[in-house]
Amino acid sequence: MTFLPEELLADQIANFIGDVRHVAVGNASPIPATAALLARERGKGRPYVSLLGSAKNTFWTDGGRELFDCAGQGRIDVFFLSGGQIDGQGNINLVEIGDHAHPKVRFPGSYGSAYLYYVVPKVILFRTEHSRRTLVPKVDFISAAGVSEPNVHRTGGPVALITNRCLFTFAEGRFTLKSVHPGHTIEEVIEYTGFDFDRPANVPETPAPSEATLTLMRDKVAPQLATLYPQFAAKIFERRESSLVA
Amino acid sequence: MSLVQSLDEALTAITDGIMLVVPREVCGVPMAATRALIRRGVRDLHLVALPTSSLQADLMIGAGCVATLETSAVSLGELGPAPRFTSAVLKGSIVMKDATCPALHAALQAAEKGVPFMPLRGLIGSDVLKYRDDWKVIDSPFGNSDPIVLLPAIQPDVALFHAPLADEYGNVFIGRQRELVTMAHASKRTIVTVEKIEKRNLLDDPLTAAGTLPGFYVDAIAVAENGAWPLPLPDTYKADIEHLALYAKMAASEEGFKEYVGKYVSAEQPQPASW
Repeated sequence: MTFLPEELLADQIANFIGDVRHVAVGNASPIPATAALLARERGKGRPYVSLLGSAKNTFWTDGGRELFDCAGQGRIDVFFLSGGQIDGQGNINLVEIGDHAHPKVRFPGSYGSAYLYYVVPKVILFRTEHSRRTLVPKVDFISAAGVSEPNVHRTGGPVALITNRCLFTFAEGRFTLKSVHPGHTIEEVIEYTGFDFDRPANVPETPAPSEATLTLMRDKVAPQLATLYPQFAAKIFERRESSLVA
Repeated sequence: MSLVQSLDEALTAITDGIMLVVPREVCGVPMAATRALIRRGVRDLHLVALPTSSLQADLMIGAGCVATLETSAVSLGELGPAPRFTSAVLKGSIVMKDATCPALHAALQAAEKGVPFMPLRGLIGSDVLKYRDDWKVIDSPFGNSDPIVLLPAIQPDVALFHAPLADEYGNVFIGRQRELVTMAHASKRTIVTVEKIEKRNLLDDPLTAAGTLPGFYVDAIAVAENGAWPLPLPDTYKADIEHLALYAKMAASEEGFKEYVGKYVSAEQPQPASW
């Protein structure tokens, strides 16, 4: 079976989610949402998946703070974040480019990142523009820090960064190249990454989603996505019959 | 004066320079009231958007109502960046107090409890903390070398939001949008616009009472049908995506924004008080 890049990414993210109790996905994150729902299908109903911004897919009844209170207590195991810039120490920037007094570019803002990055055990970073503009040596503004001093309370942080070109894992303050997606090369990853990262002698190709995974995604997950992400569901999953079946 | 007033009467407590708290983009944003405030020409507000905003903050900033914005993010979501917010921050024409969502919730909870501050995890090592002179880091008195951030209470002058229903006693049905209750508890005054007012007591039935802000906390109510338009009202109506897309397009330039305000804000006929 052939597959789309989005399906490859969702499969990889689902693997990273692993066997956990609760995955929360922020607004406007269709690929992480696909991955979380795929993990739930594989786990026969586990993990619990909260898709923020959808009353049908969240249980919150205590206002906006409940998500953060849940996370602070360790009741959220996996969350997803991105950044206008991400640097080699795992710092993310959702605020601005340039000098703080006179920024050149302004992004929407940090949202909950300055808190959730510290208290959610597995934060998966996600950026579909893999370039020297986005993956930088040092972010211009730290919305949330990748690592903390040893005495700072920290039960969470980044575990991986997935892009349109490759998958990095994150440990001890550094990214390691884990695999390169089909159609891309290590040389290309080096060329388009602004930060320094570790690289084992042999870097495998990111494995294609299995036939079982693709079937699960297309038959079980896609219908669940259709209400929340109609355009995404149509683009990724309904096109396949005409153009993508091998 | 009766609790139920015309929209303009209900908004008289929102004077120039006050601190005004409003809810996030999908939680009952008082858009009819926002347009009425812009028509009246309110200035120099310290706007707190709990914890984020979209059209409302963008429109108020573009119309020159805001001196200080305190929030965690402003964006038009899938329709892209909030153009007037972005332009104002880049020009330095508003003071931006960048926060993170749980910090705003916690600071309002402090005011709700009448305590001076609330501690919050996270934040240490971020530039959000670095640029907030009003936030402090202390060593937890209950820990052993455990630094933690303290946030001063936020007590707004006025909380303003839109809800589906009020009763004749001023009780307001907010459903599961519990942050509206926190906003009202934390603020000195609360002004609410509603879709309708019913002759009943929402506190009589435990099913509605659990989702009700008691009238005790409410200072003024105005009926504004479709009052969150073009934003959604939870469990009541959806966002008008076409109109929001039109806004995103027009507000991309200052001239286009002025045209938008002329057409959809200045020319709007306020509804008479009735129920």
